[in-house]
Amino acid sequence: MSILVIVDWIGAKIIYWLDIIGNFTLFITNIFQAMFGCRLKIGKFFGQVERIGVNSLAITLITGTFAGAVLALQSYKGFHDLGSENFLGPIVALTMTRELGPVLTGLMVAGRAGSAIAAEIGTMRITEQVDALQTLQINTFQYLIVPRVLAGTLVLPLLALFSIMFGILGGYAVCVYKLDLNSELFKAGIKQALLITDVYGGLFKASIFGFILTTVGCYKGYFTAGGAKGVGKATTQAVVASSITIIITNYFLAAILFGP
Amino acid sequence: MIKLINLKKKFGDKWVAKGIDLEIPSGKMTVIIGRSGVGKSVLLKQIIGLVKPTEGKILINDIDINNLTGQTKNAAFKQFGYVFQFAALLDSLNVFENIGVTLLEQGLSVAQVLPIVQEKLNLVNLNSDILYKYPSELSGGMRKRVGLARTLITNPSIILYDEPTTGLDPVTSKIIHELMHDMQIKLGLTSIVISHDIEIFNYADYIALLDDGKIQFFGEANTIWQSENPYIYQFIRGLTNGPIKTETSNKLNSGILK
Repeated sequence: MSILVIVDWIGAKIIYWLDIIGNFTLFITNIFQAMFGCRLKIGKFFGQVERIGVNSLAITLITGTFAGAVLALQSYKGFHDLGSENFLGPIVALTMTRELGPVLTGLMVAGRAGSAIAAEIGTMRITEQVDALQTLQINTFQYLIVPRVLAGTLVLPLLALFSIMFGILGGYAVCVYKLDLNSELFKAGIKQALLITDVYGGLFKASIFGFILTTVGCYKGYFTAGGAKGVGKATTQAVVASSITIIITNYFLAAILFGP
Repeated sequence: MIKLINLKKKFGDKWVAKGIDLEIPSGKMTVIIGRSGVGKSVLLKQIIGLVKPTEGKILINDIDINNLTGQTKNAAFKQFGYVFQFAALLDSLNVFENIGVTLLEQGLSVAQVLPIVQEKLNLVNLNSDILYKYPSELSGGMRKRVGLARTLITNPSIILYDEPTTGLDPVTSKIIHELMHDMQIKLGLTSIVISHDIEIFNYADYIALLDDGKIQFFGEANTIWQSENPYIYQFIRGLTNGPIKTETSNKLNSGILK
């Protein structure tokens, strides 16, 4: 009897997860169908570029600057003991470009814009505005989802680029003005170590993170149920799910793009 | 003619519709009544395709709309308009954009859409002063009328109303009922209305009563007060004793209130 209960529980869990995976796959399929099968709503796209991109610029710059600064500060002691301060510039630049810039940007925008997307679409769902669009024969994927996903995917690399630049500037400021490191040494190290493929790789990762955070936000919002409580739950789940997915995806992307 | 044949709908383990058979005459107003939670809104949403039936058929002019796909399906559903219980206006758009959203999304210019929107606003007895107001700036009655105008923009031949007078005072409710009736007559629409408001019987052609997942009564609106059907008799008189199960009758049966 107890074995049957365990098998039943495992079976129910498997069905539950297969259901979620199936739904999410169908959701992404619908996004691509609407993306390539319908005309892009240019006005809505640029509206989302402003909301996801321009409005997230300040937090991205602050996060990037201080991440670069603290990276330089923490790395200094180890390198100073080894007499290898000339590696500080490359370390800050490579870490910001390959990892911290894209990942921190992804996480910050997931918290700021991903949650807003889930809350907005979720509220539209529970107040029957999404149903209203459907009854008016408006493609809800083309109207609501595609502009957000496309804007997130295209704007995240730009935000990450700013994050990387300000992170390196933050590291430079700490090294040169606080730790009295030679500024030419810092810049020469970066020029020598940083390749254009590192920049491309970092921006590509940011683009994937942008796709993840907007898709998860839209998915959670689109299937919101249960009133105001449901909107709160969807918003929290959107941030948690997209943050975890970004962290896990980052490992695999790093292994593919920059791995040995 | 809209025909519902053995329509069934299940949510989880619960059957909301257990085999609904109903023929809704064209060009008439049919009101569906029933207790809260018996599945009236779900029934409307199945007719308009927002909820897929578990079993059964929905025939519009003898075509099963659930079997349609792509453009044919879109064309079939273009006959429908849906007026939501709380209007469901898009709160980020103003009245003009709300009413004209379908046409604007089809690529028509503002100059082309504006006269059409104004015409629909006039139809629902609203003037152009509110064109650039947002839903939050409108009263409940105005929102319902804007919702109706939005529905009319696609020139539907069938309009479904989900509790159109919920939350409105009796005077505004009467205005909305008269408006629905006027639309019905002027445009020759087929109207299907879900309502708890007995006042609407004055405007309806037919009444259907939904209970326990089935249509328990269907008849002409002007005959219901004489009807001896136990369901309609109990419902319109608001009795707790009868075939319609209520919390009170359940408690009485279980001995809690005895």
